[in-house]
Amino acid sequence: MGGSLNANHLLFLGQGALWTIGLSAIALIGGGLVGFLIALARVSPNKLVRLTSGAYVQLVQGTPLLVIMFLGFFGLAALGFPMTPLAAAGASLTIYVGAYFGEIWRGCIQSVPRPQWEAAEGLGLSRTQRMLKVILPQAVRIATPPTVGFMVQIIKNTSLASVVGFVELARSGQIINNSLFEPFLIYAIVAVIYFALCFPISLLSRRLERRMGVGRAKLMPT
Amino acid sequence: MMQESPLVVLDRVYKSFGALKVLDGVSFSVGRGDVLVLIGRSGSGKSTALRCIDRFEKIDSGEIHVCGRRVDAPDIDLRALRQDVGIVFQSYNLFPHLTIAQNIMLAPVSVKGMHKAAARELAATMLAKVGLSEKLDAYPEQLSGGQQQRAAIARSLAMQPKVMLFDEVTSALDPQLTGEVLKVIEALAADGMTMVIVTHEMGFARGIARHVVFMHEGKVHEAGTASILTTPATPELAQFVGTGL
Ligand SMILES: Nc1ncnc2c1ncn2[C@@H]1O[C@H](COP(=O)(O)OP(=O)(O)O)[C@@H](O)[C@H]1O
Ligand SMILES: [Mg+2]
Repeated sequence: MGGSLNANHLLFLGQGALWTIGLSAIALIGGGLVGFLIALARVSPNKLVRLTSGAYVQLVQGTPLLVIMFLGFFGLAALGFPMTPLAAAGASLTIYVGAYFGEIWRGCIQSVPRPQWEAAEGLGLSRTQRMLKVILPQAVRIATPPTVGFMVQIIKNTSLASVVGFVELARSGQIINNSLFEPFLIYAIVAVIYFALCFPISLLSRRLERRMGVGRAKLMPT
Repeated sequence: MMQESPLVVLDRVYKSFGALKVLDGVSFSVGRGDVLVLIGRSGSGKSTALRCIDRFEKIDSGEIHVCGRRVDAPDIDLRALRQDVGIVFQSYNLFPHLTIAQNIMLAPVSVKGMHKAAARELAATMLAKVGLSEKLDAYPEQLSGGQQQRAAIARSLAMQPKVMLFDEVTSALDPQLTGEVLKVIEALAADGMTMVIVTHEMGFARGIARHVVFMHEGKVHEAGTASILTTPATPELAQFVGTGL
């Protein structure tokens, strides 16, 4: 590389953007699975399970993602478990996103009105049946807008994976700039690509939220 | 000849929430096919008494028996208890994400293992009972309050309970929608359903009650046949029915 910005540079940025999307997908799926378990654990009737999952959430939410990435990449390597940048970044994001999803979804589960639990209980449904057939379907509806909204945070947070040498969008921009020395132009392009990824998702989230508002009003007893 | 034992028995039931004594030695019983109307001022413990019968609350002392089962036993089979007892609340609590048919089918299918087709037929039968046949595939939000409450009653009835508990089921409804719900309960009484009914509708109470229990400050203050509503013995009940008219 070197000289002025050309098609190869843009191709390289495009590749970085694909890795950003890939890493976001890993974080969404991994964090989604962890978050689901955490949300269930946070409303468990078992106090120990509630406390343990609560501690996990507090610990992760009280730690910068950057530090989690450092721990996952340099920390584990120092302990004799070398990780690839992709594995370290994917695992760190999973841990991080899992805590936030867990907390968002716990709130959604708990915002299903208490009488819904009791109506299901009065009909003889077991705790698992109440959760699966009555509470979760309603919680999922409530959870959709904030979950989609948080995906924007995930995409932006993947840029931190550059610190462990993972070449995603932000890191690609950095690499190109190291040879071109055109920071304003290059980072402006990077910013536009991030915006192009995030904006449709925030738009979707806001639209879902508005539709939810209407739907929820209809759920009120007449 | 031995007399059949009552379906519901409360025997010196005590229940406090923290320092607040809500049930202060409550005793009454409900025989098979009996209709007991529970009345009293707001806060006198009526809802708590119903909730204890269905084990939504644990009692501090005393005994509760339902269909020969000791409800206050620590190893109570809750599933079995709740198949025997149907409860309907003031806020109808239909499941908003399910159609009326699905609302009614849910418990028979998942608790009793009934086949879906049979459960749907059962749902249709139960809805016909409460005059809502055409609402089988509607969602709760598409129904009026009175219709939702009737659907909630149908949902309870689909589990074929031996006892029905009603807690102020018309209190959230406009006066013109109250009648349609009360009619459904009257039809149940005529069918011989055993019921405990908490209500503020004195005219309805007079018409349907075989027994009346008047609660006051967590105690059974006066009890008897429906006649105590017209000729109360205690000044508290006299005042209550006076204001309740
Ligand atoms: N879960 C609860 N926790 C604390 N206090 C309660 C609870 N349920 C009811 N109470 C109180 O117990 C009293 C009796 O309530 P309730 O049984 O609902 O009376 P009623 O149905 O006759 O109006 C009220 O003072 C109420 O505030
Ligand atoms: Mg009450």
